[in-house]
Amino acid sequence: MYGGGYIHDDQKKKPEMQAEDPVLLAEFEARIARGEKIEPRDWMPADYRRQLIRMIEQHAHSEIIGALPEGTWITRAPGFRRKLALMAKVQDEVGHAQLLYSAAETLGKSREDMINDLINGKSKYSNVFNYPAKTWADVAVIGFLIDAAAIVNQVANSKGSYGPYCRALERICYEESFHLKQGHSVFVYLATGTPTQRAMVQDALNRWWQPIMHFFGPSDKMSQHTETLMRWKVKMASNDDMRQQFLTMYVPKIWELGLTLPDPNLKKNPETNQWEFTEPDWNEFYEVIKGNGPCNAERLAVRRTAEERGAWVRAALKRADQHYVTPLA
Amino acid sequence: MNIQSLDPRVTRLGIDAEEKNPDQTLQREEHWETYQVFHQKKRGEKHSSVGVVHAPNAEMALLFAKEQYARRGETVNLWIVNTRDVLAMDYDDYDVFSTTPEKMYRDPAGYKVNEKIAAFKKAQLDV
Repeated sequence: MYGGGYIHDDQKKKPEMQAEDPVLLAEFEARIARGEKIEPRDWMPADYRRQLIRMIEQHAHSEIIGALPEGTWITRAPGFRRKLALMAKVQDEVGHAQLLYSAAETLGKSREDMINDLINGKSKYSNVFNYPAKTWADVAVIGFLIDAAAIVNQVANSKGSYGPYCRALERICYEESFHLKQGHSVFVYLATGTPTQRAMVQDALNRWWQPIMHFFGPSDKMSQHTETLMRWKVKMASNDDMRQQFLTMYVPKIWELGLTLPDPNLKKNPETNQWEFTEPDWNEFYEVIKGNGPCNAERLAVRRTAEERGAWVRAALKRADQHYVTPLA
Repeated sequence: MNIQSLDPRVTRLGIDAEEKNPDQTLQREEHWETYQVFHQKKRGEKHSSVGVVHAPNAEMALLFAKEQYARRGETVNLWIVNTRDVLAMDYDDYDVFSTTPEKMYRDPAGYKVNEKIAAFKKAQLDV
């Protein structure tokens, strides 16, 4: 899972884009235009490095926090096969976080600093994981639709310009395809099951639709900043384009099962070929980012407790002669 | 009051819901060193570089490498190497290789004698 496309960037604290050496900058942009990848020790503009660290780090945090709502149902999965699949998926997500932290480390931010920023609330993660997984049907909706939305974003980003991030995403996308399939399987079994099971999956869908519509972030105006990030292949598609692509691919798969979505205005305009929908509540979106969602406090408390209670184990294993070296690629 | 979660495992942790985030900060190197991981798919094939793990020692690095890079698909073997033991060239020095493609005397294509032979044979006939 779980990179959302929406990359939180505090506008008030955002530094001005730095002036760069015009010769180096032209060479850098020419390499990207030729489709070359930028690698860890290459020259890069400060703003390119800053944005990539922010994006990869938020993606890593999303993977690790995303394991929490899904992990909720491991103990009560209906049957051994579903339990095995869910454990495997949750392990994959934590593994993805490791891959992404390593990719971000190559840009010069240590893993410890990233985890500190997560625990202290300075660094964000995908908003969807601040909502509770109330029933087993929530696992179906997360595994099917949130993973699907994440794949739309990650497939786009895997064609970006930073080598280590692209390589991590290729591995991640390969594993995500299993997540999507198993999520769809749970979803279909519930939707074609007893009336109670259908009601359960419909209820989960109703509750998750707004967070899913939030997932790609608000409509992004084509500012000069966005334009630069797209030219540098940091951002590969606009939030609106990714949302449209997601709706085209997955709304029919929901409707074909006779389920409904809680938006009477949701339809594809045959003339423009674009989906029309009711704007989700963006105030709620920003409130949840600020930390006021239903599960923000619990998610961070669990993550903090894991670090606190594991500290003595890490300290016991640490060797006096150890010496950290930034990953090579 | 402890956190009451939908996840029974989280409830059992007994986390104080009121506890504000202390100034808890991980120190540098608390997550140890890095190791490069090399993965072999089949016996007789090359080991390929697949990524990195953080670990306190080589044995743990191998264990983490198994969890991280051999969860699915085929694997017969893994190597790990402490990143600090990798001596790598600097990409800025790549120009030391720039004349390599010019060294045609190292290449079979650098030895063309057919024209000589043809000329020799023709000269023989003319005699």
